[in-house]
Amino acid sequence: MTEQFSIKKYLRDLPLPFCPGCGAMTVMSEFLRAVHELGHENLSKFVFCSGIGCSAWIPSPHFMADSVHTLHGRSIPAATGIKLMAPDVNVVIFGGDGDIVGIGMSHFIHAARRNLDILVIMVNNMIYGMTGGQVAPTTPLRSKTTTTPYGSFEHPLDAAALAATAGACYVARWTTAQPTELKESIKKALQMKGFRFIEAVSQCPTAFGRRAGFKDAGEMLKWFKANATPVEQAHKTSEEERAGKIVVGEFVQRKRPTLVETVYEMIAEAKKQNEED
Amino acid sequence: MKKKQDENTHFWQGNEACAEAAIAAGCRFLAGYPITPASEIAEILSKKLPKVGGIAIQMEDELASIGAVVGASWAGAKAMTATSGPGFSLMQETIGYAFMTETPCVIVDVQRLGPSTGQATKCGQGDVMQARWGTHGDYSAIVLSPNSVQEMFEMTIRAFNLAEKYRTPVILLADETTAHMRENATLPSLENLEIINRRKPKKGETAFFGLEEVPPMPSVGEGYNLAVTGSTHNEYGIRFTADPNVHRRLVERLNSKINNHANEISDVETRNIDDCQIGIVSFGCTSRAIYEAAENTEAKGFTVGYVRLKTLWPFPEKTVKRLAETAQKIIVPEMNLKQVFYEVQRVANGSTDVIPMNKIGGGELITPEELTEKILEVAKN
Repeated sequence: MTEQFSIKKYLRDLPLPFCPGCGAMTVMSEFLRAVHELGHENLSKFVFCSGIGCSAWIPSPHFMADSVHTLHGRSIPAATGIKLMAPDVNVVIFGGDGDIVGIGMSHFIHAARRNLDILVIMVNNMIYGMTGGQVAPTTPLRSKTTTTPYGSFEHPLDAAALAATAGACYVARWTTAQPTELKESIKKALQMKGFRFIEAVSQCPTAFGRRAGFKDAGEMLKWFKANATPVEQAHKTSEEERAGKIVVGEFVQRKRPTLVETVYEMIAEAKKQNEED
Repeated sequence: MKKKQDENTHFWQGNEACAEAAIAAGCRFLAGYPITPASEIAEILSKKLPKVGGIAIQMEDELASIGAVVGASWAGAKAMTATSGPGFSLMQETIGYAFMTETPCVIVDVQRLGPSTGQATKCGQGDVMQARWGTHGDYSAIVLSPNSVQEMFEMTIRAFNLAEKYRTPVILLADETTAHMRENATLPSLENLEIINRRKPKKGETAFFGLEEVPPMPSVGEGYNLAVTGSTHNEYGIRFTADPNVHRRLVERLNSKINNHANEISDVETRNIDDCQIGIVSFGCTSRAIYEAAENTEAKGFTVGYVRLKTLWPFPEKTVKRLAETAQKIIVPEMNLKQVFYEVQRVANGSTDVIPMNKIGGGELITPEELTEKILEVAKN
């Protein structure tokens, strides 16, 4: 590292939109810290895509970089077109749980299956925050939200397990109470190829915490710390014992031919056949 | 009798002509999802695009298809998708995004019979209004309407040219009949084709979303710190919703950059429009009946004029108005329930009687005989 980390270096001079205590700030700063520690003086090697939701605001328009702020749930399709036609850029997606595994779930699974060369950072605050606190596919069972006033009657989704099953090359989950681990995972993922998924379990004191019984952001971070269970340990416990816990750590690290590799191999083959014809 | 075919004449299917034209126009990316009667376009481009270094990819659905098209366009590629009514419905939100973000792209909608699943393999013309008003908000559309295999080729090229010139999504509104029939298409020599490419910014330029009627468009990865958003944004692409004037300025420009050039974009084929008793306004496969019907009825002593709409939107108002000022009556034959009829009636504004002629179901075309009969019936009343 040549100089000290300064977050401002990577940001446009615009007011940030996040509520006091929002975990998105942690994710933003840990991402930029990772970029800094990897030696990037600026974000010129990156293209950021996001959809709709609070965490879509992490890159757009705040990062001094190319950013494509798409429709709700459609960051991954846009990233597919970008990465295939501009394979040299590093495409990073920021999105919330509603954006990535609610409305955009199908694209998430298929991008992992195709092994599209992108890093998806999902800020999982367990709620639809921007719209005022409605139940999400990640909301814990029996949590009170504005659309589940008697408590959620649905089971939450394990997005990291889904990414692993669908074929991702790297899958990790941390909470915002573990910023260093989160940053190290981002660094590792940025240096890998293929579909990479990092879930950052994050606090939304405004739209989730206050209805779910947390006094403030600090209380939520304490809850994360108390319930974060390393994946190695979680494997040794029963499903009942894991209920309510947040399993953290690295779930998958593997190499598979990536979409960019297989597509450009196909192009080379087609061109060769064309010449032979 | 077998016609002698020179090198530039091809006996093509409509969808094939569309795919060939896309490559000639410089398209290098297609994302699509299988749907009858549009699938051939993706199938042919899946074979042909890689040979020229391009990519055709089958996505998980139409939402993803049009999303990937938008992404590819921002990566600098001319990009397209091809679908039919149900898929076209799914794409509407992103078509609005492409309009708002000034993303050039081409959407081919090979119309089939709706609503809903309707009749997947049968022809219809029911997407005229969806092509115009399908996305939410204040929007202006460019929609082209081919009626031959030749025009499937020519209009696909024009669709890319208009998309690049005006930085907006352009819809090629074909139909099952035009897309699936085979006939000769004679290509202009490829060297003489006019191909328009988006204007790129000069170094140091920063206003990619305003200040000019059609601003220059950089690609990602070129070092412009490009901010693209479907939210109301200022000239530099930064979301800005606090000042209503920013929204007015943006959305009025997005609409006027198309509507101020309606005369240039609008394209028609006409006959006798300044001197006829009976006028016909038609488009797409239905319009193939007008030539014979006009001849048939003229042989019986009636003068017939027509406007064939080669662009549906912007609606060729001036030409249709001229016809309305001359013709005693105008017939609007179409394979839907009055979608273009009301538009003709609006333009005629009471200056002449506008008479609908509609046929839906089973993909049955309006035949020259039926149209002849209708003209005679209308002329006699």
